[in-house]
Amino acid sequence: MARIDLVDLAHSYGGNDAAPESFALKPISMIWRQGGAYALLGPSGCGKTTLLNLISGIVTPSRGKILFDGADITPLSTQKRNIAQVFQFPVIYDTMTVGQNLAFPLKNRGVPKANIDARVKEIADLLDLTPYLKRKATRLTADAKQKISLGRGLVRSDVAAVLFDEPLTVIDPELKWQLRSKLKALHRELDLTMIYVTHDQTEALTFADTVVVMHDGRVVQSSTPAELFDKPAHTFVGYFIGSPGMNIVPAEVSGREARIDGHVIGLHRNYGVLPSSARIEIGVRPEFVDVAAPASGLLSATIERIDDLGRIRFARVRVGDAKFNARVPPGFSIPDNTAGLVFDPGHVHVYADSILVEGIA
Amino acid sequence: MDKTVNQKAWFLVLPVFLVVAFSAILPLMTVVNYSMQDTFGNNQFFWNGVGWFKELLDPSTDLGGRFLASLGRNLFFSAVILAIEVPLGIVVALSMPREGWSVAACLVILALPLLIPWNVVGTIWQIFGRPDIGLLGYTLNSLGINYNYVSNDFDAWATVIVMDVWHWTSLVALLCYAGLKSIPDAYYQAAQIDGASRWAVFTAIQLPKMNRVLLIAVLLRFMDSFMIYTEPFVVTGGGPGNSTTFVSIELVKIALGQFDLGKAAALSLVYNLIILIVCWIFYTVMTNAGADRAAKQGAA
Amino acid sequence: MHSIPGRRIIISAFLIFLLLPIYWLVNMSFKTNGEIVSTMTLWPHQPTIANYMRIFTDESWYSGYINSLKYVLINTVISISVALPAAYGFSRYRFLGDKHLFFWLLSNRMAPAAVYALPFFNLYSAINLFDTPWAVALAHCIFNVPLAVWILEGFVSGVPREIDETAFLDGYSFPKFFVKILVPLIASGIGVAAFFCFMFSWVELLLARTLTSVGAKPISAVMTRTVSAAGMDWGLLAAAGVLTIIPGALVIWFVRNYIARGFALGRV
Repeated sequence: MARIDLVDLAHSYGGNDAAPESFALKPISMIWRQGGAYALLGPSGCGKTTLLNLISGIVTPSRGKILFDGADITPLSTQKRNIAQVFQFPVIYDTMTVGQNLAFPLKNRGVPKANIDARVKEIADLLDLTPYLKRKATRLTADAKQKISLGRGLVRSDVAAVLFDEPLTVIDPELKWQLRSKLKALHRELDLTMIYVTHDQTEALTFADTVVVMHDGRVVQSSTPAELFDKPAHTFVGYFIGSPGMNIVPAEVSGREARIDGHVIGLHRNYGVLPSSARIEIGVRPEFVDVAAPASGLLSATIERIDDLGRIRFARVRVGDAKFNARVPPGFSIPDNTAGLVFDPGHVHVYADSILVEGIA
Repeated sequence: MDKTVNQKAWFLVLPVFLVVAFSAILPLMTVVNYSMQDTFGNNQFFWNGVGWFKELLDPSTDLGGRFLASLGRNLFFSAVILAIEVPLGIVVALSMPREGWSVAACLVILALPLLIPWNVVGTIWQIFGRPDIGLLGYTLNSLGINYNYVSNDFDAWATVIVMDVWHWTSLVALLCYAGLKSIPDAYYQAAQIDGASRWAVFTAIQLPKMNRVLLIAVLLRFMDSFMIYTEPFVVTGGGPGNSTTFVSIELVKIALGQFDLGKAAALSLVYNLIILIVCWIFYTVMTNAGADRAAKQGAA
Repeated sequence: MHSIPGRRIIISAFLIFLLLPIYWLVNMSFKTNGEIVSTMTLWPHQPTIANYMRIFTDESWYSGYINSLKYVLINTVISISVALPAAYGFSRYRFLGDKHLFFWLLSNRMAPAAVYALPFFNLYSAINLFDTPWAVALAHCIFNVPLAVWILEGFVSGVPREIDETAFLDGYSFPKFFVKILVPLIASGIGVAAFFCFMFSWVELLLARTLTSVGAKPISAVMTRTVSAAGMDWGLLAAAGVLTIIPGALVIWFVRNYIARGFALGRV
């Protein structure tokens, strides 16, 4: 069990001399708490698997250091790092029984037989694998196989962290949910640092207490699921998380006012004068924009269509060239295609070159 | 993947059945017919019943002695080349480069001996091993090793074995390489995390993933070495004496050399029977392994 | 992790072991018989192409190559065309005696050529095919057809059954489905099977020699002629040998990127 520090860590598959923009992982520094449940979230190719493989030691970084509890483990091989990893496709040793599979990491480390047996039993109980201990591992279902892969990591009492690389890809939908709750339960029980890579926001948001969102080789935000929703630090986080994603529209901002299409929207914070060279946008989640009957004080929009998501309805609207998603309040009926938009000023954020600008209250 | 029962599928396999039956059953019937007769030439045949078979299995007769001796030599030969080629093939497959142009280059060179006509393989080694004009024979003799595959039994055996290793190890290596290529990287990474030694990786991952292709390799190598004819025939002609006369060479000698059709036919049948039995054992093991795999996929 | 310590040395040593005897053959083919017999030279000191010229100008030599290629090609075409429907049948359906039939087929792949040499001689003489490429091509079917069925069955099984069903729902007749959909899908498998048919037909000598005398004599049989009263014509023998390696080498070169998959026979 350990705290993990990444110090100025970067990696390029083309070597250290490659152009900075081509790095699969651009330099980052961050701290992973001991006992935290983290999710690494991002689209494919964003560098999340690279980051995971750097932590596990499968890939050696081009630059920077990784510390486990303050000790530099960058040069250490995967074996010596005491991490466990569960891969996208279940990895099991075909010729062995479930029990032998679980015992394998301990046997390799020369642990006495009595200790191995005790530990295997303990972990099998934890993962509900006890009835299968004597069975050949190849005959089991994919979710049982994933549990075995996980179990092989957990049998070692010294694991610093458990890494998951999209572990639910091959699991049937109804079992996905079960296995995910099992992971959560294990996390509470064992007080392990867990890092979970996924491109599925539901998986990330339900599993983790800290979600690390990656985009184009960079960590763009690392915070609680609620904060990702309420206050995205980057426009990418805004539209990647949430369904539909955040509305991002170009605007002119000065002081406590944002201007779209000549129309003024009030802001809760004071942004002073923003640099003129930056691309200024405002972002607001569809949940915080309501459609209303057209009125003189409201930004007027053209409704293109209404999506009924069951509990909630969203309208797809157009303001000038900008497209918007906005909530349709319950019971509201649209007279024609034009509507006014009501913004909740507390949830309108300002972005300069895609990055959140903190105004003054 | 449950197959549907459909007797019309026989129409699909009928052409294959006819072609192979024409080539296999008709000739085999001739063989059975001959095997029970004796001939004194001039196409005159006499009924001999199971006489040839009795003689064949009795080492005190000329025929039996020759057959059993060649059978013993052949089994020994097959055992030796399996013992060399299977481990060597695995080692070569494990030594293959991982990527780049060198992979294609290695594969091409490996496959090369497999596409050389068998008599040319014999010719190559005949030339290569001769003490007067061959690089190998000349070098060995100038190193003070008295090597001559024409006159020395041991040298003849060594030449035939090295030649077979040269000719066929690639087949084992290529099969194993194909098996190794199918292992996803995650297996190696997981093994690394589990702290597996190089040897444990081999026994826990690579060998199990190769077992299917290895079975094919062993089957093909056993069968082909058990039927070997052309290469030793060209190099040693079965000699010196009869020291490298394998079953096929003996059979051709009797059949086409002496036109002793009855004896040859009886020998053919026994020979075929041995092969059929070995084949059956392998087939059973292999289909069981296949069923195992199917069960696995069904579960996954 | 994939490979073992010292792998470069091992693979290099093995490749040298494979290439050295071939080099020696090539080396000899460019030498005069005088040089071969009188001195031990690591490369031809008086290089000559006389041995090759003799083969290219003497009809009894070069017709040997043509004869060999003829029966190899005929055999490959027959083997693949009868094996394709059978492979589909074995892969998709269960029918009376299927397992036994499959085993029987495979067992023929293992049948020793020496057993069949004489009966084939009688059989093909009786139907007047003796000394034609057809005799050899048909004889080689005994081991190539089963092999082709086996390889293709593996590839057909890799094609999801849903594809057949969709095609039939779309109104494809069986022959149309076979030619338009299945064959393109398993094209690489057909390539692999053709490669193996070519390979085993090209390298076989015993049957090819037994079933021909003059008109369809294969190159490998012609080569045995170099043993004459005047002793061995080593240079000529070597040149003929080199020329028999070339078709195989060409085939390998074309399929080099598929060798690994090919040797998996579609069933790893």
